[in-house]
Amino acid sequence: MNIVPKTSFVLSHRHLLGIEGLSADDIVGLLDLADEYVDLNRQIEKKRASLRGRTIINLFFEASTRTQASFELAGKRLGADVMNMAVGNSSVKKGETLIDTAMTLNAMHPDILVVRHHSSGAVALLAQKVDGSVINAGDGAHEHPTQALLDALTIRRNKGSIENLTVTICGDILHSRVARSNIILLNTLGARVRVVAPSTLLPPGIERFGVEVSRDMREGLKGADIVMMLRLQRERMNGSFVPSTQEYFHYYGLDQKKLSYAKPDALVMHPGPMNRGVEIDSAVADGAQSLIREQVEMGVAVRMAVLEALSRNLPNA
Amino acid sequence: MLSDRRPILLANARIVDPSRDLDFAGDLLIADGVIRDAKRGIHAAGVPEGTEIVDCNGRVVAPGLVDMRAFIGEPGAEYRETLASASQAAAAGGVTTIVCQPDTDPVIDDPAIVDFVMRRARDTAIVHVQPMGALTKGLAGRELAELGLLKAAGAVAFTDGAKSVTNAQVMRRALTYAGDFDALVVHHTEDPDLISDGVMNEGEFAARLGLFGIPKAAETVILERDVRLVGLTRARYHAASITCAESLAVLRRAKEAGLPVTAAASVNHLTLNEIDIGAYRTFFKVSPPLRRDEDRVALIEALSEGLLDVVMSDHNPQDVETKRLPFAEAAPGAIGLETMLAAALRLVHNGQMTLPALLKAMSTRPAELLGLQAGTLKAGSVADVIVADIDEPWVLDPDKLKSKCKNTPFDEARLQGRVLRTIVAGRTVFEYAA
Repeated sequence: MNIVPKTSFVLSHRHLLGIEGLSADDIVGLLDLADEYVDLNRQIEKKRASLRGRTIINLFFEASTRTQASFELAGKRLGADVMNMAVGNSSVKKGETLIDTAMTLNAMHPDILVVRHHSSGAVALLAQKVDGSVINAGDGAHEHPTQALLDALTIRRNKGSIENLTVTICGDILHSRVARSNIILLNTLGARVRVVAPSTLLPPGIERFGVEVSRDMREGLKGADIVMMLRLQRERMNGSFVPSTQEYFHYYGLDQKKLSYAKPDALVMHPGPMNRGVEIDSAVADGAQSLIREQVEMGVAVRMAVLEALSRNLPNA
Repeated sequence: MLSDRRPILLANARIVDPSRDLDFAGDLLIADGVIRDAKRGIHAAGVPEGTEIVDCNGRVVAPGLVDMRAFIGEPGAEYRETLASASQAAAAGGVTTIVCQPDTDPVIDDPAIVDFVMRRARDTAIVHVQPMGALTKGLAGRELAELGLLKAAGAVAFTDGAKSVTNAQVMRRALTYAGDFDALVVHHTEDPDLISDGVMNEGEFAARLGLFGIPKAAETVILERDVRLVGLTRARYHAASITCAESLAVLRRAKEAGLPVTAAASVNHLTLNEIDIGAYRTFFKVSPPLRRDEDRVALIEALSEGLLDVVMSDHNPQDVETKRLPFAEAAPGAIGLETMLAAALRLVHNGQMTLPALLKAMSTRPAELLGLQAGTLKAGSVADVIVADIDEPWVLDPDKLKSKCKNTPFDEARLQGRVLRTIVAGRTVFEYAA
């Protein structure tokens, strides 16, 4: 039961609020630790004791099934007590502010708070008001650091290294926290990053992020090692940012033909949940080049690594 | 209260009167609420018995400031700010006339509300308060407010406050009708459709923060349209708060074409930029948003050459409940009455403009545009006067601010220059106690 990871890595931050601010060593340390958990998670006995006695609260102001389940499982496998709070449908509707919610939960002495919020910067604001560690599980269009870490782990395990790979991120960059965290992480580890989207879905100033920008899939996918697709939210499909799902799929949906512009051994990723037939064709999503299911597995390992690394900083650890 | 109104001699001062381009060493005598004289050697020649003699030691004596844009919560949001609390803040900041905005609750779109505000100010405020009236009923941008009756009741100009009139036909008619009364139309130039979900300046920094941007075009589209409508109507028009170099180009063309167009910028936009937002600091969320530093520098240049007419505080008190929120959800606005002079003096200390030019934009020009008897030290005018040490360094402590709300972007900022005494109609309403 107590196989302790060999990696003695300690994250030099109290919170994980974003990839921004992490060094390459921080990222590699987390990935190395996560690598060990991948193997441990494939054994029958998955439970560790390193977070025994710790309390983790998953505080989700925005509904999420996958990320919340992934964090819950990660915490439980490390032996922590995990509580899920879906705030979107309770106290906030009664007028309680984010800060009040944070103070209330803080009084219950959680060691780690995992927070998702629909507003950029909200998780950092909450982190100022609590005593434990805070993990950003997605804040508005800002960052989603554990998604970028699990993507990096997936890439590293399949390609050996991230340095010098060409990674193309396609789709709704404007509203995507996944894109922002990935761009920063991949640049930090020396990948070449491209983004492809219609201009209405690109944030102004994106060209200053150290990425190559393209509006054309053929150009953007040429020579790519990794093709990362992003979800297009339903409310943005019909007329507001793109004219229709049909037109979007025609120009930006990943099908076999468009995938053929990338390297023959290119791999396809998607943070989920997918809109099949909008940003990605089922044949590609379920095909041999797809890593989409593996990403989900890596998600649990990465979140265990983050929880473990942060808990090593907690008092009395 | 007679003792309040005894004559005051401000002796040995640097007298700056932007209304007459005067800047000289001398004395200024105030009696019966008016300026008697400002020249060299009044002291030596003798003053009336009982005169309070203040040795200014070379410090600046200037007209009290006229702040053309201040949002005050009375009536309707007295927890944010009352006319009384705003006037205390104003006095401490050297502002002797506050021009309050009509977006109160109820809106100042009825002569009775103008009357209410003026009576409340008379009874509770220690500086002059001049209300602007609504340009459209309920600030809804659809039907004209009673501009004539509002003006007769005392409204000094007409505006929809922090809202733009998006319907060009309504704006055209408002300008046309205002022209009949020689009324000044003051307009917030920001297209709400282009603002959309935007909460700060559009560009790389917003993209990095994951915040949606407000393009400069939101401002220039409305300003450009308005200038065309002024060309059509010839009404007096004032852009309430412009923020970027592109707007200055529009303004320059309008002025060169001889149109009756003027414009203001807030102290915030002259001294801060979008980078000050840092990690989602909501005290730097203002409307229109802080822009890039190039824009700030362009505004300063425009101000020093006189293209920009007015500097205002854009005073907008917001309490903890509306500011201690995620950035996108927080209310825009910053308080400024008490800090506008000290903050704007940065431009003088940085050598970007002269003190008389700055004071002109904060007193003489707004008084001229609004038709107020203020912004001058001419003999016989109402004695709204400040004494200021423009060099004294200090660090702002928000707890010492007199405003009810403490949402200042100059929280713990190092400032240089302080108001020592504020005189309104001959009566000292503020004296700095070290």
